[in-house]
Amino acid sequence: MSPTTPLIKTFTIDGKPVSATEDETILDVARQNGIDIPTLCNLEGLTPTGQCRLCMVEIGGTNRMVPSCVAKPDEGMEIVTDSERLLKYRRMIVELLFSERNHICAVCVTNGHCELQAMAQRLGVDHIRYGYLHPRFRLDGSHPRYEVDHNRCILCGRCVRVCDEIEGAHTRDLRNRGIKTLVITDFDGRWGESATCTNCGKCVHVCPTGALAEKGKSVAEMAKQRHFLPYLVMRRKGLKK
Amino acid sequence: MTKKIVIEQVTRIEGHAKVSIFVNDDGSVQDAQVHVTQLRGFEKFMEGRPFYEMPSLTARTCGICPVSHLIASSKACDQILAVRIPPTAIDLRRIINLGQIIQSHALNFFYLSSPDLLLGMDADPAKRNLFGLLEHSPQIVRDGVRLRRFGQQVIERLANKRIHPGWIVPGGVASPLEATARDLILSEIPEVKGIIRRTLDWYKKSLNNYQEYIRTFANFPSLFLGLVSPDGQLEHYDGRIRVVTASGSILADQLAPDEYSAYIGEAVEPWSYLKSPYYKPLGYNDGMYRVGPLARLNIVNQCGTPEADQELAEFKCLDTGAVLSSFHYHYARLIEILYGIERIEQLLNDPEILSKKVRAHAEVNNLEGVGVSEAPRGTLFHHYKVNEDGLIESANLIIASGNNNLAMNRGVLQVARYYVRADKLTEGMLNRVEAVIRAFDPCLACSTHADGHMLMQIELLAPNGQLIDSMTR
Repeated sequence: MSPTTPLIKTFTIDGKPVSATEDETILDVARQNGIDIPTLCNLEGLTPTGQCRLCMVEIGGTNRMVPSCVAKPDEGMEIVTDSERLLKYRRMIVELLFSERNHICAVCVTNGHCELQAMAQRLGVDHIRYGYLHPRFRLDGSHPRYEVDHNRCILCGRCVRVCDEIEGAHTRDLRNRGIKTLVITDFDGRWGESATCTNCGKCVHVCPTGALAEKGKSVAEMAKQRHFLPYLVMRRKGLKK
Repeated sequence: MTKKIVIEQVTRIEGHAKVSIFVNDDGSVQDAQVHVTQLRGFEKFMEGRPFYEMPSLTARTCGICPVSHLIASSKACDQILAVRIPPTAIDLRRIINLGQIIQSHALNFFYLSSPDLLLGMDADPAKRNLFGLLEHSPQIVRDGVRLRRFGQQVIERLANKRIHPGWIVPGGVASPLEATARDLILSEIPEVKGIIRRTLDWYKKSLNNYQEYIRTFANFPSLFLGLVSPDGQLEHYDGRIRVVTASGSILADQLAPDEYSAYIGEAVEPWSYLKSPYYKPLGYNDGMYRVGPLARLNIVNQCGTPEADQELAEFKCLDTGAVLSSFHYHYARLIEILYGIERIEQLLNDPEILSKKVRAHAEVNNLEGVGVSEAPRGTLFHHYKVNEDGLIESANLIIASGNNNLAMNRGVLQVARYYVRADKLTEGMLNRVEAVIRAFDPCLACSTHADGHMLMQIELLAPNGQLIDSMTR
């Protein structure tokens, strides 16, 4: 084997023999092979961070579960993407997201276009077993075109990543920890007064819920456009060459 | 010392209410109060939300009249945008508002009130409902269902959804009307017009049977208030406020709706979550006014459509001044259904109704907006104040039914005094008390935003609070 030939690892996903190059994650390989692992914080074109934990998979022969969007396979691994235990935990994660902030689909701008809502439907979440916390966060409506409603945020970090990695502005970041975590603009200022924001709107369109939306949209009107992202990544990589 | 009779819950109305009847030692009625017993607090949790969310958010106050809230709320938002919305959007909003009025009036008349009218106030409560009516007069029930369906389908064909459509938005409506939807609605007009015509004919013939109720059901002088067009015609979407006295003379005309707080006061009573609005120049109590179908027909010069105008002329002959008996709300509802069908036909026959220009876009240009329209039950006010970012700082809603609160209480007292004798309490007596509330067709779910199921419990309490007798449905 020449030193430049990438090491190919062979393993199985749900019993299907598959192979991966050195830099591919379990999620990458699963997708190449038509195996659909649920994800929420992950978005093609952005660095995976393993924040939402929905993409957890089981490793055969161990009790371990790993987030498939960041975990790389080992030779001979037997990976299970769909089991009673995984479904139980995935449902629990979605229920906890719903119970934490104010996700009332009926009056939301992204009703019908929301990834959280779609995930709940996919996983069969038809009720929430946990008490609703509903902390009351102030909206930031200071930007002329967009608004932030932290009450609908699931802290996936897509907006932070797209602004940093694609737009290069790094206007967004996270503040605090746990339930008090908030996406912030610059040094926790008002969006409309941001010195770094380029008003490009990518954060709005990658947001999986109604937390970031265009102003003036009525209920169910905020459909997001995300197909641009892989194309943009490709073009910008090309420019850098 | 007085005794107290409690009717809880009042049945076949929309929302929750309880009635207390205070009885003297000799068994006669001293006082009566309608308690609206629940609160959901929309005005509070609207604070901090973007104004353009208000139409769909406030529509959730009610599953029966979401369109009415969408209309008043969007009109308030239009003022915040400070735009003149496209004329076709106005006409489409008018049509959907009339669809709402038709379906709601059909619901009250056929589903809720006609069991009393056709089966009698003293009929077995187990049968005195829509199903009992189905055995007794199946054609009436079918007509009611058909009319209500027509109204609901007008809403659906315009807005793609019957209940809580998000289609009416600040600046206009979300999408233009399709020719196929227009043609479908127009094709059904002759059938539904035929239904309302035969209902009116039957109802007018049977008016003689109800003379006692006409005389005793909230039949007293009061003011009447509502929107009229600039030339004094029936107007449900736009227009300005007119106030008419019991004698039928115009007390105030063309008042600016957005200055409502200058002439409408809102009193709070400790025994109800429902506020008591009154016409300020005459003060609390004397300023009692009625709104809704009866009031609208009392304040207008004309309806503005040929067949409804003929009916209006007959209706106005019922009394020498304004028509004072709240029992005639039923009659007025039927005339408004006829008007609604005729007006929808007129609006749909205008080729401009298919125009693609139906929405204006703008940002916050005004920090305050008031939207006023006529809902099925009367004049509906939405008033918002926003900050520069468009977030709601404060909101005030006067819900159509709420306007009738003082009159409804007075009406209940009148009926209770006439019918209720505490020493020989019967179910039929108490049903008459409920029936006068039904005549007003209050939507208490809207007015204080209640929810839940209906039960009725009547308790006869001694002055010391001891339970003497009770009845449960």
